[in-house]
Amino acid sequence: MSQTQTNVNDDVTQIYEEVSDWHVNTGDQKVVAKRIKGRFRLRKWIGMSVWLIFFLGPYIRWNGHQAILFDIPNRQFNFFQLTIYPQDIWMLSLTLLFFAILLAAVTSIAGRVFCGYFCFQTVWTDIYTFIETKLEGDSPQKAMKFKKAPWSLDKVARVLTKHSLWIAIALITGISFAAWFTDAYQLWPEIFTLQAPLPVWIAMAVFGVFTYIFAGFMREQVCFWLCPYARLQGVMYDQDTILPAYDAERGEPRGKLKKGQLEDESKGSCIDCKVCVAVCPTGIDIRKGQQEGCITCGMCIDACDSIMDKTNQPRGLIRYASYKELHHDKNVLVMYKRPRVIIYSLILLTALSGIIYGFFTLSPTEFQVIHDRQPLYVRLSDGSIQNKYTLKLLNKTKNPIEVRYDVLGLEGATLHDMGDTITVQPGKVVPVTALVRVPGDKVQNGLMPIEFKAVVLNNSAISTSYESMFMAPE
Amino acid sequence: MMADNKKNPNEVPDTGHEWDGIRELENPPPRWWTNALYLSGLLVLVYFILYPSLPLINGSTKGLLGWTQIKEYKEDLAKVQDVRAPYEEKLASMTAAEILADTEMRNYAVGSSKVLFGDNCAACHGTGGVPAKNSGYPILADDDWLYGGDINTILYSIAAGRHGMMMSHEKTLKPEEVDGLVQFVENLSNGKATEAGWKLFNEKGCVGCHGADAKGIHELGSANLTDKIWRFSGAPEEVRYTILHGVNDPSDPLTRVAIMPAWNEKLAVKLEAEKWDEEPEYEGDETQRLSVTEIKKLAVYVHQLGGGQ
Repeated sequence: MSQTQTNVNDDVTQIYEEVSDWHVNTGDQKVVAKRIKGRFRLRKWIGMSVWLIFFLGPYIRWNGHQAILFDIPNRQFNFFQLTIYPQDIWMLSLTLLFFAILLAAVTSIAGRVFCGYFCFQTVWTDIYTFIETKLEGDSPQKAMKFKKAPWSLDKVARVLTKHSLWIAIALITGISFAAWFTDAYQLWPEIFTLQAPLPVWIAMAVFGVFTYIFAGFMREQVCFWLCPYARLQGVMYDQDTILPAYDAERGEPRGKLKKGQLEDESKGSCIDCKVCVAVCPTGIDIRKGQQEGCITCGMCIDACDSIMDKTNQPRGLIRYASYKELHHDKNVLVMYKRPRVIIYSLILLTALSGIIYGFFTLSPTEFQVIHDRQPLYVRLSDGSIQNKYTLKLLNKTKNPIEVRYDVLGLEGATLHDMGDTITVQPGKVVPVTALVRVPGDKVQNGLMPIEFKAVVLNNSAISTSYESMFMAPE
Repeated sequence: MMADNKKNPNEVPDTGHEWDGIRELENPPPRWWTNALYLSGLLVLVYFILYPSLPLINGSTKGLLGWTQIKEYKEDLAKVQDVRAPYEEKLASMTAAEILADTEMRNYAVGSSKVLFGDNCAACHGTGGVPAKNSGYPILADDDWLYGGDINTILYSIAAGRHGMMMSHEKTLKPEEVDGLVQFVENLSNGKATEAGWKLFNEKGCVGCHGADAKGIHELGSANLTDKIWRFSGAPEEVRYTILHGVNDPSDPLTRVAIMPAWNEKLAVKLEAEKWDEEPEYEGDETQRLSVTEIKKLAVYVHQLGGGQ
């Protein structure tokens, strides 16, 4: 830019002019997106159908229990035959890490795939607008006409139907959320007889209200102003990231199509039909380039492709393309040479190996031996030394276990003051006090290693042991 | 919502003030922001009405909810008491031996008397039943008991307290006899007692309290001299001191003092009477520092410290 005269006022005005050119919809205009069939629409439906798991998952049974249950009162997570206790929370951390990095990895490769096809905001908004456009018209003009029409029986019926369906979906969303935390089959009768516990009502109310407001009214504004993920996009992209993009070189100068002018060399491929804008769920114009409102759902690609087909031009004026591709940069990096992809993949692999390791080594019991601190040892009348321990065995299996404790690895050590066997109920810890005595002539020095063995009598495969120390006077 | 921020500066309304061509623009904060401010003011008002707030001369205003910190504390405490109540009721109807035999009740008694032990017993006997070295208080975690380590005896010891007695021998024994006895007692503990030592032990009357086998007599609370545990220190000069000055002997000002106070004399009288199958006779001035249930709990607690029999 060649600006020789430095006039502050001009600069300021210029900045503001640029701002006024950035058209950002702050909710003052309602986006009514036209629905269009195509490859990306199909992908969107497939992505959206993942959420069926959310609605149907709680009804899967396993051995007479709910297959996946976040059992908060009992502090456990049931996953088919596995029961995961708070002790194994690190696996949850790894799972969260895995998905967080997966999000970043996918974003660096192909942009906001999550936003476009999977995000609950996108999915619920899509369902809500599907209902709305069916009832009130699928273009801004039709919607406006419907809005301005005088109140008739038909209009009232349509508006009522819309809101009832919205509220029904919102409530089912709330109930489905609650169903992951309690027995799903008991939940429904409880709700209909108004016997459900308070947290269920709170979940229903919170999810109901927020689904209704977010999907029904705020829609793309959530992506614009509320979502933190949308704000982070920029740092995850690089010049090799493929995104829905308008090939300006091919498309410009755009112009309305007139009969027989297709061969006009002075004009680009874009016929300025604005269908790409009409189908956009966030109401942006992709031809202005990469912008924050784009959730990369590809609806504009479907729209443009259909127009290209009609005008007998090759598809792909709007297509998934990287910055380098659009700018004829020959130095396009293959996936495995891109630092982001490599680093994200390594983290993914680490997290995944951790989770797999966790699943395979998930111990059915948790055994701990705590040495009494006060006193460390006691001399008995026959000169032997006694140490006191608390043995804690957590039963993570689904059946009661019968346990007998033994001491190993220390000559002459004997266990006292405990019953023959102890029964530990599922999910419970039974702390037991154990006195270990070592005859005076066997005591060597201050610290001696000792091993406690918990023999599970009714399931010897899950017997476990713990290494501790025996303390004696120096 | 955000529309206020996006006007061109030329379009922003001014306050009408203008100095040297510089207009003072309005640029108000966003409406949601000002509304939030008013709302928080309203919250303060509601809080003032509902909760204790304005400090006056005779304390603060009470507030419509009548909330106080101490009330909330008491409510929380009541919840804890509700959980404990069934156990406490059950404990009251059980004997200490029954509590010991019942795993659940034993766990409750042990868990709930940790504080009780810390408040009343640990000062002398130590937190884990082992007092500071050479402090002269009996160890509760070992298997050597002056009066017996079964649950009922422990219960009685706590209720009645203990006040043992060993005579001062400064005036009755010759120095060489004391030397001999010190040597004998040391040997006894190591299993090397000599004939001469036993002879001295019997002749000088030690046998009267410590028993023919020198293992002590529970009824008298006399120490077992044959084991490895020393009531006081096992060092020869300390043993000599004990023999010379005795324990709790009022005639010797240098005597060792070893008194455990009674924690519930009324219970002690009752237990004593039960032993002889008689009706208890109370005098009316029995001390009751701890309740019967508390003493039962403590007996169980002491029993499980490591040496209960």
